[in-house]
Amino acid sequence: MNIRLSYGDRFFTGFIYTFLVLLSVTCLYPFWNAVVVSFNEGMDTALGGVTVWPRAFTLENYEIVFQDSRILHAFLVSVLRTIVGTASAILCTAIFAFGMTRSELVGRKFYMVACIITMYFSGGLIPTFLLIRSLHLFDSFWVFIIPSLISVWNMIVFRTFFLGLPAGLDESARIDGCGYWGTFFRIVLPLSGPVIATLALFTAISHWNDWFMPSIYINNENLIPIQTKLQQILNSNIMTEQMQQLDSAAQARLSAMKTITGKSLSMATMMVATLPIICVYPFVQRYFVKGVLVGAVKG
Amino acid sequence: MAQLEVDLHQRRKERPAIIRFLRQWDLQLMVIPAFILIVIFFYLPMYGTITAFQDYNIFKGISGSPWVGFKHFERFFNDPVFGRVMRNTLVISFLKLFICFPAPILLALMLNEVRSRYFKRIVQTISYLPHFLSWVIVSGLAMSILSTENGSLNMLLQSVNLIDEPVGWLNMPEHFWSILISANVWKEIGFGSIVYLAAIAGVDPSLYEAASMDGASRFKQMFVVTLPTIMPVIIIFFILAVGNLLTAGFEDILLIGSDPVLRPVADVLETYVYRMGIESQRFSYATAVGLFKAVVSVSLLTIANLLARRSGNSLW
Repeated sequence: MNIRLSYGDRFFTGFIYTFLVLLSVTCLYPFWNAVVVSFNEGMDTALGGVTVWPRAFTLENYEIVFQDSRILHAFLVSVLRTIVGTASAILCTAIFAFGMTRSELVGRKFYMVACIITMYFSGGLIPTFLLIRSLHLFDSFWVFIIPSLISVWNMIVFRTFFLGLPAGLDESARIDGCGYWGTFFRIVLPLSGPVIATLALFTAISHWNDWFMPSIYINNENLIPIQTKLQQILNSNIMTEQMQQLDSAAQARLSAMKTITGKSLSMATMMVATLPIICVYPFVQRYFVKGVLVGAVKG
Repeated sequence: MAQLEVDLHQRRKERPAIIRFLRQWDLQLMVIPAFILIVIFFYLPMYGTITAFQDYNIFKGISGSPWVGFKHFERFFNDPVFGRVMRNTLVISFLKLFICFPAPILLALMLNEVRSRYFKRIVQTISYLPHFLSWVIVSGLAMSILSTENGSLNMLLQSVNLIDEPVGWLNMPEHFWSILISANVWKEIGFGSIVYLAAIAGVDPSLYEAASMDGASRFKQMFVVTLPTIMPVIIIFFILAVGNLLTAGFEDILLIGSDPVLRPVADVLETYVYRMGIESQRFSYATAVGLFKAVVSVSLLTIANLLARRSGNSLW
């Protein structure tokens, strides 16, 4: 059955397509423009008119960024933090969730209620700040890892998934002589690929994108991750201030290359800080969608 | 075999909890370390909010600091900044509630009308992307697009002769709210639509057939079929949004409104807590402001839920 669209419907459809195209352009343009500026000579950009394609193509901006040991160091801190933080958080939360699925667990209800309460109430910024301070986690790499080791939300998602696994599985593991830990590592974990991928992805992205926590807990220059570093660079509007953020070798090169401006440099740094997300984005899109729905079903 | 197991299970149940607890030490070992972390990082800060009623001293700690009752609350309510902070918080929240909240619903409704899978997929891929950029990146993009030095917006407006001189959008208090809301819509419109698209996918196709038999145009079907069926989802998210009315936003306002010129319009409860507590180290005062916000938020959530229960869609 192929019904011809009425004029009203055609107008309606046309409007929707136009709107969606405009929306996509609006969503993409700011980002694309930043990419273009980062590949364009800074002095040339300053003349104006650089929009969707580089006019004077150059890699100089990236050369400076990649030669700046402090930016590279910040990048490495971010990578390390994301890998260690995600792996440990997912493992610890999954173990916790598995324990919480067992009906024979003494005090299960108490644990569960205690977890749910934390989803509605929290101590807030300042008491947490004072706590981290008194735990001597200031200026320590572990401040990135330990406080986010257990996520109640992820625990509930894991738990729901584990409860959906066939009950016969761990019964047979028990008969074969597996304890709780053996069952978890040999039976349950290998079967949890999809849920681990989804939650790991969201955890990794929140680790990578976190700039605020380091900005209040970290003073040590060597422990600043890339997003916080980028924020410091963007905040210093004036070129000279920005140059102070670079190390001396990069500064010397910078004054040798006169075409670079603060803007072109910030854009290049920004691209470096976004690169890992852009790289994984096309491949993991289906997990994004899955992740949101996992949460929505529960909520 | 099954009967035996039931018997065993019942007998195990009858044993005192402490014995069962000790016997399942390996199981408890899976839960207790995590539980201790939860107590430390979630419950200790809750306990820490009592510093709101003290004059907290770093060297004396919570146990040694003197009690001052509601002094900090009174000081906050009587401070001229109180009116300003409350106004900004409410204005920004309401703008977000009426613009950022419906925007993804609108997008989902429109995407639902797209028949070409290919086109739909491209739009989705592009519009989800900004969600995964950090606020630092988004604020950097905003600075670049809005800057007076050849920012794209100024170039565009100059080329169509709407303005003669580049405008410093980011340092003008009168534009702050629109920039903030636009950035939020830009970042979250695509990703926010996922939930609604999933709800729309569950709509019974025979409803559309019936509606079109009755002569409803596609546009009308959107209102008489799609929208009513996804209403429960919308209401639940609306309740959550109302509960967050005092959470005007934090990272976005902190980054986009960092210029002190913008303080009269950008100061909201959370950024004020940050400035007083972290930057000025007035710990007790900032905790009191935060506690005030938490108490009002919980009350708002409860009220919103009561109202929603009347319509049959409540959170609890």
